[in-house]
Amino acid sequence: MALRGVLRLGEISIRVLDLADARKHYVDRMGLIEVMSDDAEQKIYCKAWDEHDHHSIVLREADEAGLDYVAFKVYDDQTLTDLEPKIQAFGLEVSRVDAGVYPKSGRRLEFILPSGHRMQLFAEKEQIGNTLGTRNPGVMPDEGVIRGFRINRLDHCLLGGPNIDESARLFREVFDFDLSERIEDEESRDSLALFLTCSTKPHDVAFVFQPEAGRFHHVSFLLESATDVIYAADMIGKYRIPVDVGPNRHGVTRGNTIYFFDPSGNRNEVFSGGYVHYPDTPTLTWDTSQMGPAQFSQDNIPRESFLNVMT
Amino acid sequence: MQYWVHLDELELDFACHPGQSVLDCMIGSGKKGIQVGCRGGGCGVCKVEVIEGDYIARPMSKAHIDNDAIADRQVLACCITPKSDLSLKVVGKINKPIQRKGKQA
Ligand code: FES
Ligand SMILES: [Fe+2]
Repeated sequence: MALRGVLRLGEISIRVLDLADARKHYVDRMGLIEVMSDDAEQKIYCKAWDEHDHHSIVLREADEAGLDYVAFKVYDDQTLTDLEPKIQAFGLEVSRVDAGVYPKSGRRLEFILPSGHRMQLFAEKEQIGNTLGTRNPGVMPDEGVIRGFRINRLDHCLLGGPNIDESARLFREVFDFDLSERIEDEESRDSLALFLTCSTKPHDVAFVFQPEAGRFHHVSFLLESATDVIYAADMIGKYRIPVDVGPNRHGVTRGNTIYFFDPSGNRNEVFSGGYVHYPDTPTLTWDTSQMGPAQFSQDNIPRESFLNVMT
Repeated sequence: MQYWVHLDELELDFACHPGQSVLDCMIGSGKKGIQVGCRGGGCGVCKVEVIEGDYIARPMSKAHIDNDAIADRQVLACCITPKSDLSLKVVGKINKPIQRKGKQA
């Protein structure tokens, strides 16, 4: 892995019950930058300041909350060409989406994960930069570019569904992800949650067992520091945003975290930190005898709502 | 002006203030009974049936409240504000696929 192939979670589309409320939450409060909107399709497109791609978050008004799709960015078009037959050989039906169908974006491959989630791969998206330019860029954007919760970028998502071992096998065997961590039932050894990385981060995507297919647990955004997590917590309190779990550290991935909900009940996370993962880092396993420390390592208390409430 | 919310089975009563959701008022009163999840109408765990009384509802996810449910006066407690005293029954629950299986089987 010299970080070619699948690069990262590049775009996530989330269904919201009211677009104006969602804009207030994601743009006004959290500080994501709205780059485009589509009145006819009732969508807004956003990015975090330090992302170069045109957008990474799509919010779509619908009568159900939850996840529309996740889209991972791959290194180049040849990667898409190479992956298509491999995904088919794994046993999934792949459909091709022409360039431009998704705005500012090159062609995409689309398929449904064994856990029931719609997933896409794309190689190209228009880049608009992070306001600093690329020659002698400096380090600080103008005042006002970094605002709200001071989010640097979209980081990962956690998806709920059945067949999570199969979804993880697709990511490992076809997309070259590593299994960084795993939560299992202490007796049956059944997988309850699986954490997968395609980078040197502890995870880029994760799956949690849920009987119902295609559920959305959370989308997570990277902050600069644990101090910024506390700052975000103060903003969340100020704006009376519903909190699921206040500032804490995850045992799994070691991130400093806070979980809260958007106005449609979709869970969001802002976090910082975590260890460095390499392809030769062994998989870490937690079991249900240690659910407290696995989930929240500063008070070692598992939250019932945390693994079982989702959209 | 405040309204009272009553849940017979749970012997639960709490006051609800104008502009606040039934679930927020329960949380604010320090009482427990209705399950608390996303507080945004997305997860469905706070589902209740309105036995008596009037309310205003904000948008609720169709995945949990479809037209049949609305006809049965089922709503999400995090999305309704009372217009009178209310009598409710809990419908929603938190499924627990993830927990120690251990002895409880
Ligand atoms: S708490 Fe999630 S729908 Fe009410
Ligand atoms: Fe996370």
